[in-house]
Amino acid sequence: MSDITKLTIHETLAALKNKDFSASELTRAYLSNMEKSKHLNAYITECGEYALEQAQESDDNYLHGNNRKLEGIPLGIKDLFCTKNIRTTAASHILDNFIPPYESTVTSNLLNDGAIFLGKLNLDEFAMGGSNETSYFGPVINPWSKNVELVPGGSSGGSAAAVAAHLCAGATGTDTGGSIRQPAAFCGCTGIKPTYGRCSRYGIVAFASSLDQAGPIAQDVRDCAILLQSMAGFDNKDSTSCDIAVPDYEKFIGKDISGLKIGIPKEYRSEDLNEDVNKYWQMSVELLQKRGAVIKEVSLPHTKYALPTYYVLAPAEASSNLARYDGIRYGYRGEGEHLDNLYINTRTTGFGKEVKRRIMIGTYVLSAGYYDAYYLKAQKMRRLIYNDFMDAFKDCDLILTPTSPITAFPIGDAHMLSNPINMYLNDIYTVSVNLAGLPALSLPIGLAQNGLPLGMQLIGKPFAEGTIFQAASALEEDAHFERI
Amino acid sequence: MENIIETEKAKWEIVVGLEIHCQIISKSKIFSGASTEFGDDPNVNVSFVDAGMPGMLPTLNKECVRQAVKTGLGLNAKINTYSEFSRKNYFYADMPTGYQITQFKYPIVGEGEVVIDLADGKSKKIGIERMHIEQDAGKSIHDLSPNKTYIDLNRAGVGLMEIVTKPDFRSPEEAGAFLRKLRSILRYLGTCDGNMDEGSMRCDVNVSVRPYGSDELRTRCEMKNVNSVKFVMQAIENEAKRQIEVYENNGNVIQETRQFDPSTGQTKVMRKKEFAHDYRYFPEPDLPALVLSEQYIEEIRRDLVELPDAKKQRFINTMGLTPYDAMVICENKDVADFFEKASHNHDAKKVANWMMSDFFAMLNKKKLSIDESPVSAENLGNLVELISKDVISGKIAKEVFEIMAETGDNPEKIVEEKGLKQVTDTKAIEDIIDRVIADNPDNVEAYKKGKTNLLGWFVGQTIKLSQGKANPSIVNQLIRKKLDN
Repeated sequence: MSDITKLTIHETLAALKNKDFSASELTRAYLSNMEKSKHLNAYITECGEYALEQAQESDDNYLHGNNRKLEGIPLGIKDLFCTKNIRTTAASHILDNFIPPYESTVTSNLLNDGAIFLGKLNLDEFAMGGSNETSYFGPVINPWSKNVELVPGGSSGGSAAAVAAHLCAGATGTDTGGSIRQPAAFCGCTGIKPTYGRCSRYGIVAFASSLDQAGPIAQDVRDCAILLQSMAGFDNKDSTSCDIAVPDYEKFIGKDISGLKIGIPKEYRSEDLNEDVNKYWQMSVELLQKRGAVIKEVSLPHTKYALPTYYVLAPAEASSNLARYDGIRYGYRGEGEHLDNLYINTRTTGFGKEVKRRIMIGTYVLSAGYYDAYYLKAQKMRRLIYNDFMDAFKDCDLILTPTSPITAFPIGDAHMLSNPINMYLNDIYTVSVNLAGLPALSLPIGLAQNGLPLGMQLIGKPFAEGTIFQAASALEEDAHFERI
Repeated sequence: MENIIETEKAKWEIVVGLEIHCQIISKSKIFSGASTEFGDDPNVNVSFVDAGMPGMLPTLNKECVRQAVKTGLGLNAKINTYSEFSRKNYFYADMPTGYQITQFKYPIVGEGEVVIDLADGKSKKIGIERMHIEQDAGKSIHDLSPNKTYIDLNRAGVGLMEIVTKPDFRSPEEAGAFLRKLRSILRYLGTCDGNMDEGSMRCDVNVSVRPYGSDELRTRCEMKNVNSVKFVMQAIENEAKRQIEVYENNGNVIQETRQFDPSTGQTKVMRKKEFAHDYRYFPEPDLPALVLSEQYIEEIRRDLVELPDAKKQRFINTMGLTPYDAMVICENKDVADFFEKASHNHDAKKVANWMMSDFFAMLNKKKLSIDESPVSAENLGNLVELISKDVISGKIAKEVFEIMAETGDNPEKIVEEKGLKQVTDTKAIEDIIDRVIADNPDNVEAYKKGKTNLLGWFVGQTIKLSQGKANPSIVNQLIRKKLDN
């Protein structure tokens, strides 16, 4: 076998069962890749020893026929998931010494299914960013970079880069406004943000509670289905998680899509749409049509307000969620004679620029006298955006849009850094999905003229992840995207 | 009752509203599984949720909701089938998440009313504005070290009910009566132990004054965490005087938070309005709205214990107690239960009289609570029965009661052993009367000449000689017969 780290998870599981190689050999191969690719800066914390111990256990389980669903699959974990006894930083200075004494529900589910953790993946600080440049631990380099170092997207930039560069078989991500889908698109990976409430948020460092969802980033659609199967489920420790049975997602892979109604939102077809994006969107429509899917034009009239709505609500929740990082009980503590100085010094030094910006925006929009004009209005708009989708879904089963208006851009790009709005605009196709709490997947569709991957997004009805996998697997098969 | 404060210049009226925080009786905290035990070592009853660890989420304790609904029903209030949690954001070292989970726009309990009993025998309705549930903060301990503050998070996350009244109080006495009544209701329901000195019931007092006869609401001042009924009354009294003085010297009362100092009884400025926090309330995204079914509420209503007002009315109507006695006995559920047990098949009015006098005096003297009483309810009832059946006189009964209080014995046994049974044998009594008549010829003479009020003296002498055992009415009868012949 040439390179066992290039296999997909479903291929790897078959090979492990077949004893083509052991989980320990596989883990060592990934650890060796990680060693060789340190320059990508995909991992914040590596835990090779722990991974090899787990691999040994997996090998024993295979030997005795006790192998579980994900037995021996080496994964990377976004460093926003609390992992018991493994440092969890959220890519922030304020948590750079934090070792949780508990395990998040999602990672616990993966461990229970036999997955191996290779380490903690880099991200934008507290998942706030779309380029992984806000990480206290430095930017991640997109493995597709040639002459210029490119961003992997964000916030799950480390996750997407690690999957693309085969530094793990699959990775966990979180998505608040596009943080799984956009980096997956930038790095030529597949990623799904499930329905809000599908995965437990327990143990995931909170950014914006009403929008955050965990999901996988992997090499292909089937791998995403396999990982999500393990990650999802009701959890009584998260009151917003839904008590709805998790279907067998893998069964949807390769299922006939004829008759499936695919909606194309007319508002997304703007004149200044990137030529490549437009081309691949059109191509996707044709590929789906060839397989018998019915294309419908749908309308999402309030979609133009999604971005401002998101950038009011997400910072509002974040400003409150991040209040606990005060230097009193854990994490970084600044010097201070009095309580107020201690708070000020801790939070001034402990948080990066983008995080502070969002805390200030969030504090402002919740302040007396501004609440109605910003927060309340945004909440109302959120409801209208949700209603738009529900109306559209009366005419279709899925909605197809591009994932991002652009391909990966250079690290330190002057245009992106000149104004935070320029960066926020990259989330234009993804944020409305979080506002409506819907599931959506991004899969790589082809390369733009600049040689960089582009992604397509399939949005589903609440809890219709299966239908998304069904259509995505068909599109994937026809798109013939070539991974690194 | 008219409550007017009259100065040399004008007549004034006090307007007071109360906000009372009541710790919910529940095994675990309102949003975590940690214990609510009071008095444990610092920071032992703290879960990761209570400590505000990253990624931790609150989950609502159903028992606390049940307790809140019970309390709402006890306050004759509307239970809202839809309520929401909100975050109240502020930084403090004993507030681990940087926000308190509370209810803001949509509280679990709406308007209600509580009837208070006043000293003049009248009663008054006090309106309840709302009641919501929320979590308590931890404790900052500043006095263990000169330059350090210690934090104890045992209390962080304990469930609270915040009861807000309408500004219906017109005197310190009314506020005091309300707090006692509220405490009584909460203890009946078993939803809060009502111990103000332990902080499980804490009172914020809003005071304003206005010219008597006017219905305006003037600027109010708030006094936080006043921790006894007496202090609440004192705080109202003195704060009202202060405000009147300000107005009468052509000043203006400024809206501010003031602190009550129990050592002086005075209030002083704590926080001016311009330094008031902006709490940035917004709906708690980690908790879905709380939706209760009518059936759930009805089930709780059905299982509700008899509350003090209903009990009091029953004691007046069916047991013949005076309103005052019924009120005193019903204030504490243990006392009311004791009374009901003691008066079972016995003269309830007499039992009440005994409880209000000798029995309470005995408990007070011995510093005992009613459930520690050496005299059991059955035995008190039996004692009353002995009096009713003329087995012993009221006077002897007092003696028997003293012994009961020491030994815990039942009264029949004491009466039997000590030979205290009332003498109803007329022959024995006649012998004693004859002796009294023989020994006091002067008084007999006087009586016969018309000084009939000496009858009492003869009765007294006879009972005295019988060592209290002679039945007074028989003595009375026999003496008359002998002297009038």
